[in-house]
Amino acid sequence: MGQFLPFSKQVLKNLFSEPATTQYPFVPREYPERTRGHVDIDKDSCILCGMCMRSCPPGAIKVDRAGKTWSINRFDCIQCGYCTEKCPKKCLSITPGYQEPGPEKFVYMVEVPYEPPKPAAKPATPTPSQS
Amino acid sequence: MGNRSVVPFGPQHPVLPEPVHLDLVLEDEKVLAAIPSIGFVHRGLESLTSKKDFNEMVYVAERICGICSFMHGMSYCMALEDIMNVEVPRRADYLRTIWGEMSRLHSHLLWLGLLADGFGFESLFMHSWRLREKILDMFEASTGGRVIFSVNTIGGVLKDMPADMLKDFVRQLDEMEKEIRETTAIFLDDYTVKSRLVDIGIISGEDAIRRGAVGPMMRASGINVDMRKNGYGAYNDIDFEVITSNKCDSYARCEVRIGEIFQSIDIIRQCVAKIPDTEINTKVTGMPNGESIIRVEQPRGEAFYHVRANGTKFLDRFRVRTPTFANIPALAQTLQGCQYSDVPLLVLTIDPCISCTER
Amino acid sequence: MQELKTDLFLIDKAELLNIIMEKKNALWRLCQICCSYPKAEDHFEITYSFANGQELANYRLIAEREEEVPSISRVYKSAIYYENEMHELWGLHVENIKQDFHDKLYRIDVETPFLEKEEKNDGE
Repeated sequence: MGQFLPFSKQVLKNLFSEPATTQYPFVPREYPERTRGHVDIDKDSCILCGMCMRSCPPGAIKVDRAGKTWSINRFDCIQCGYCTEKCPKKCLSITPGYQEPGPEKFVYMVEVPYEPPKPAAKPATPTPSQS
Repeated sequence: MGNRSVVPFGPQHPVLPEPVHLDLVLEDEKVLAAIPSIGFVHRGLESLTSKKDFNEMVYVAERICGICSFMHGMSYCMALEDIMNVEVPRRADYLRTIWGEMSRLHSHLLWLGLLADGFGFESLFMHSWRLREKILDMFEASTGGRVIFSVNTIGGVLKDMPADMLKDFVRQLDEMEKEIRETTAIFLDDYTVKSRLVDIGIISGEDAIRRGAVGPMMRASGINVDMRKNGYGAYNDIDFEVITSNKCDSYARCEVRIGEIFQSIDIIRQCVAKIPDTEINTKVTGMPNGESIIRVEQPRGEAFYHVRANGTKFLDRFRVRTPTFANIPALAQTLQGCQYSDVPLLVLTIDPCISCTER
Repeated sequence: MQELKTDLFLIDKAELLNIIMEKKNALWRLCQICCSYPKAEDHFEITYSFANGQELANYRLIAEREEEVPSISRVYKSAIYYENEMHELWGLHVENIKQDFHDKLYRIDVETPFLEKEEKNDGE
């Protein structure tokens, strides 16, 4: 019907070959450069437009225009990378390195030094478009 | 007449990675009838269309299943591209085909491992999964994820694979092919493995059609059905033969899947040789309006997609019929008349993916 | 029978069983049954898909909210799951299913979760 003990060759090979696994906590895992670990922001080029907040499928990103902050709940983030696609300034990026587990969820907040362009706060012209 | 009894099997059972429940009607050790029931992990992902817009649904579709996640994302995008009349660049088609075949490779290696575990061959299980691990590493290097890839978008793919990466993958696959051949030879030749698989769980070709079986289950019963022959993606440029077997038993299903592993490696090689140098995605604007029906061949069989859009950003209906759902009636058929000790093995031979089934 | 698009036909309830028998005798397999409730049209649409090798044929039946549709589970055994699913998730009435799971196919608390409920507007 079949062969007897065809596995013995592999068994012998295993005895004299290196293990396939790594000694994880002692030898750290090396991630390839494309690994989607967490979302990073380049806060200097962010314009607080809120596109990432509106496109985030789990709703993990919050953008506060008035308070000038960009925040992400890394425990809700699914690392899909849709925000980085949508970002008009390409200031978001996904880099290796996963969020470590913790006892409770917390929000990672960044203060964005963005100044809205002056025309938005022009008090002199009383909205000519409406008249 | 022997002793009749009803034995509940599952939802928690050592061989079952996911919850499915079977009520087995036994006469002594022989199974007279099996009544499957599912429904422990229903998530209702189909109805998320009313909360997430059609672009975000790509990421929801990917999360239907952890094994064929790429295929789900791809077929959802294909359905919407069909509705919105988007021509996908050829390179994107090829990249999708390569990733799709890599998904098939790792799914079949995973299944071989689970099968080995099912009949108690623990070290064979570890060897299969060791090989699968390399495919996952290749996925991580090319897409950035090991399980969920998030590279599909409506209109193409988001990440490109440079030529040297593709060459490196082919080199790795060449090396792996030798090892896979050694490992799979044990499934096909070993006396103990054969004694657990040959002539167990027979389902004839006609029965398989009547029960609506799909994928390797169908092909192992001698029916030549493979959705890849429809020529979606780059498959119309690729030369491959559908693998079938006429033995109709568990061994045939194992044989078909092993044949498909080598076929996938071959398809990836052909894709890498032929891949054109074009853009990888096109810009898609506007809202979808209309409906589309897409069938793709997933590792477990034919998956059926029905997307219906109404001109707003929320879809009217997003229907997924996954292969396992179609294979459950066939499973009930194969279980009839088998020995009780073969039940775990037979449940595994349909390659059950319950989370996929219940969406 | 009226062709809506390629391989998609609109049929009446009376035609359904004829078509099913025809397909069964020609050894087509049941691919799936899909139920949907488009908001704009306000009726159920049930799509039966049959496949024979690479060929595909879809038949669409239209049913009102409280209308009963005939079961095809006596012809195609695998339809049991699809019909139970439709009944459970959408609240579609299917007459006389061969094996009725009585809303226990999926173990969920909500009744007909996929059907948008009208009571929502009342604030109840």
